[in-house]
Amino acid sequence: MRYDVLVDVRLRGGIADPAGATIERALPALGYDGVVGVTVGKTVRFTIEATDEVEATSRSEDLCSSFLTNPVIEDATVTVTLVDDGFDA
Amino acid sequence: MSTTVGVVVFPGTNCEMDAVTAVERLGGEGRLLWHADDDVAGVDAVIVPGGFAHGDYLRPGAIARFSPMMGAITRFAADGGPVVGICNGFQVLTEAGLLPGALQKNSGLKFLCQPTALRVDSIDSVLTCRAVFGAELSVPINHFEGNYTCDVETLARLRDEDRIVLRYVDNPNGSVDDIAGVCNEERNVVGLMPHPERACDELLGSIDGEVLISSLLGSSPVVAA
Repeated sequence: MRYDVLVDVRLRGGIADPAGATIERALPALGYDGVVGVTVGKTVRFTIEATDEVEATSRSEDLCSSFLTNPVIEDATVTVTLVDDGFDA
Repeated sequence: MSTTVGVVVFPGTNCEMDAVTAVERLGGEGRLLWHADDDVAGVDAVIVPGGFAHGDYLRPGAIARFSPMMGAITRFAADGGPVVGICNGFQVLTEAGLLPGALQKNSGLKFLCQPTALRVDSIDSVLTCRAVFGAELSVPINHFEGNYTCDVETLARLRDEDRIVLRYVDNPNGSVDDIAGVCNEERNVVGLMPHPERACDELLGSIDGEVLISSLLGSSPVVAA
């Protein structure tokens, strides 16, 4: 089975987010008042082969914690979706 | 017999010859170590120099830590070998788990390239053992992601164990507790964002980096024996 994986990487609470803060400061000048809580992160997408969703999630989370994120400064959520390639009954 | 210092080269490293030049001006021998090799070739000390290892893709140091040479350096450090990471090298050592904490973007969101004043806050490390406690050194910085951070427990340990070896006098990048350089528990692995190898010649505006590089040369077993 193939699964599409979406990894949403965010800075942990308490870690300075200068990019988010700078964007938030710029918004009133562009006419967007009342927008708060801007944060900047990154997303990583890939496709993984696994026997089932549990294994796909487990392997993706392992990859995420060992390489895709630095746990000192980042958190991430992993979303796994079965690829519908039309061959499965 | 002079001290041989291995200087690691990853794809994207760009400060290796600055490090070799500084080492050789101070009487050591510099030897380049390619990241894909898996032994340190008998050197007495290792510098992981600055640059953009593997393009800094994902995060600075995130990919570099998987290079075979990092395994060799981890074993070398575990055996007590002196290891210093400068700038991108510091980022690599934190990603590799040889030093605690992480380097995030400068608080002002600007790339900083300027002389900075550093205070020597511990002389008990391979990089500061020949320095004078409390001395101020003028050493340049050259980074975008040099804002040192760690959790509060780690910071408390670093303070209690006297492992913050260098602090900024006037914090340029937002680093917690003005940290410019830290060492591991065994004090043989040190990381710092400033570039001491670029402060080893009057032509460059400062020779204050000499005491740090010469500390590294003097801390290797070949000289200490």
